[in-house]
Parts: sequence; C-alpha cells; structure tokens
Amino acid sequence: MNRFLLPLGAFLLLVVVLAIGIRHAPEKDIIASPLIGKPAPAFSLPDLSDPSRTVRSSDLRGRWYLFNVWGTWCYECRAEHQTLLEVQQAARLPIIGLDWKDDDAQARDWLAQLGNPYERVAVDHVGRTAIDWGVYGAPETFLVSPEGTVVYKLVGPLTQATWTRDILPRLSRQPLPGS
Amino acid sequence: MSRRRPVAMLLLLGALALAAAALAVDPTEMPTPQLQARYVALTHELRCMQCQNETLADSPVQLAADLRAEVRDMLLAGKSDEEIRAFMVARYGDFILFRPRFTARTAWLWLAPGILLLVGAAVLVRVMRQRAALLAGDIEPVEDDGRN
Repeated sequence: MNRFLLPLGAFLLLVVVLAIGIRHAPEKDIIASPLIGKPAPAFSLPDLSDPSRTVRSSDLRGRWYLFNVWGTWCYECRAEHQTLLEVQQAARLPIIGLDWKDDDAQARDWLAQLGNPYERVAVDHVGRTAIDWGVYGAPETFLVSPEGTVVYKLVGPLTQATWTRDILPRLSRQPLPGS
Repeated sequence: MSRRRPVAMLLLLGALALAAAALAVDPTEMPTPQLQARYVALTHELRCMQCQNETLADSPVQLAADLRAEVRDMLLAGKSDEEIRAFMVARYGDFILFRPRFTARTAWLWLAPGILLLVGAAVLVRVMRQRAALLAGDIEPVEDDGRN
C-alpha cells in the first residue's frame, strides 16, 4: 500500500500545480504591455487629412486621450469602428488614430464612408511608431493620461463592454476636461 | 513502376531542396561575418509577436520584417546584443525573448528541470538498490514450469 502512496501524492501535487497554472493563465493572445505606467512613446508623424501638417505627441499633453491603432487592411478595425464613433460622441474623449502601414487614399475613403471618430490621425507608413508603442496587431487601443502616461492597453476591437468595464472607471478617477 | 522510383525520389529531393530555399524568409546580409552571426543569433532568439510561436528569423509577416530591420539597423549602428534585447523588451515585454532571463519570477523555470533530474536519479538509484537486494536474497531455485 505504501508504495502507491508516494506516486499518488506526486500525481496529486502535479494536478494542483497544473490547475493553478490553468486558472491563472492570462489569455493567450493578450500580453501585458510593459508600457503601462510609463510615458507614452513620442512621435511626430504626418496628418492623414493634410500630410503637410504634423501630429506630435507633445501636442497631446494636458488631456486624456485614446490612442487607437488601425488600418483599412484590418478586418477587426471595421468591427470596432462603430464603437469608436459612439465613444467619441458620448465621452468627449479625444481619439487619436494611428493609421498603421496603410494607403492614405484608402484610409481617407474609409473615414469618409464609415464616419470619422478621430480628432487627428497620424500616418505611420514605415511602422516605426507602432514598434515604439509595442503594437503587434491592429486594432490596439491605449488610454493616455494628461501627464502623458500610458494607463491602459487593449488588444483587439474596442466594445461597449470593455469601454464601460475597463476604460471608463480609469477616466472617472480624474475629471474629464469640461465635465 | 519500380524503375521509375529513383527518378521520382530525385525529383522529390530536388523539390524539397527548393522548398527549403523558398522557406528562408529573410534575405538580409550583413557586411561582416561577425555582424551576420550576431544578426542570425538575435533574430533566432526573439519572438514574432504576431505569430507568437515563431522566431523573428522564421516569420514571413510584415511586423517580423520590420523588427528584423530594427535589429539590423541597431547592429549597424554599433549597439550591443544586450542593448538590442533591452530595446525589444521595453516595447514588447519579456515575452519577446525566447530565452527568458533569470529573475525571481523565472527562477523555477530554469531550476525545475535540474531538480526534477535529481529527483529522478534518486528514485532510479533507490529502485536499483532494491532490485539488487531482491536478487541477492533470491535463493529459491527457478521452478521448472515444463516449457523447455
């Protein structure tokens, strides 16, 4: 009898370890961003609506904003577009777009057809700014504080559920400008 | 049929060789053999974040190509391997390293195989000793079961 006790004990221990591992495993495709709590990466990129103008991260200081990475080639960006429009109307929260590796004319058509939730759209043709933000797939959305700190990152399409559950509570800790 | 087999075999081997060449997604060549070796090593130990189970060197997606270009440019700019790894970790987190660093959080990951090996060795030694003791104490003659 005793000779079975040790293997059985080892087996049960393994079961417990694996159960804890499964219970606590983060979702496979969501990797915590090392940027959270750190300053938002600086950028200076052409403006989609007028490429002779420049969108600078330093212009965005002093207010909360959402930084949304998208592209017309991105299927799920179409799915989240309506939510972005709703959020922009309801929350008076500026949304800054990063048009990632996209065709400018197609991107302008997309906004003309689907509506434009963005205050400004920065154009990243080479993808360098996206790398600085640790982007690995569109859509991705960052919440940035008035001090320029990344507070939250969402990988995948923004939904009303994630908006109310994850973003709104972080905003309400500090009053929105004008609210 | 059987006479055609060697030809078919050669064709198959040729196709495989071509496939291997076509699979090499990264045509980058560095100016010196030393830089080339470091480039190859680094792109093989960094993860393609989009596909997650491929290295930067093996992944055909655009983001991997962009990150390989970053590695190349940093090497050409004289950055050290550690600086390049730090650049990647600052943006994508520890997950981008296929070889995790030894920290308090990852210690068990590095130590567990050694500990398990020692445990296995201890069990093996114990079982062998027990069997040796059994054999030494076994003085009963083997009974003829009539099979021979």
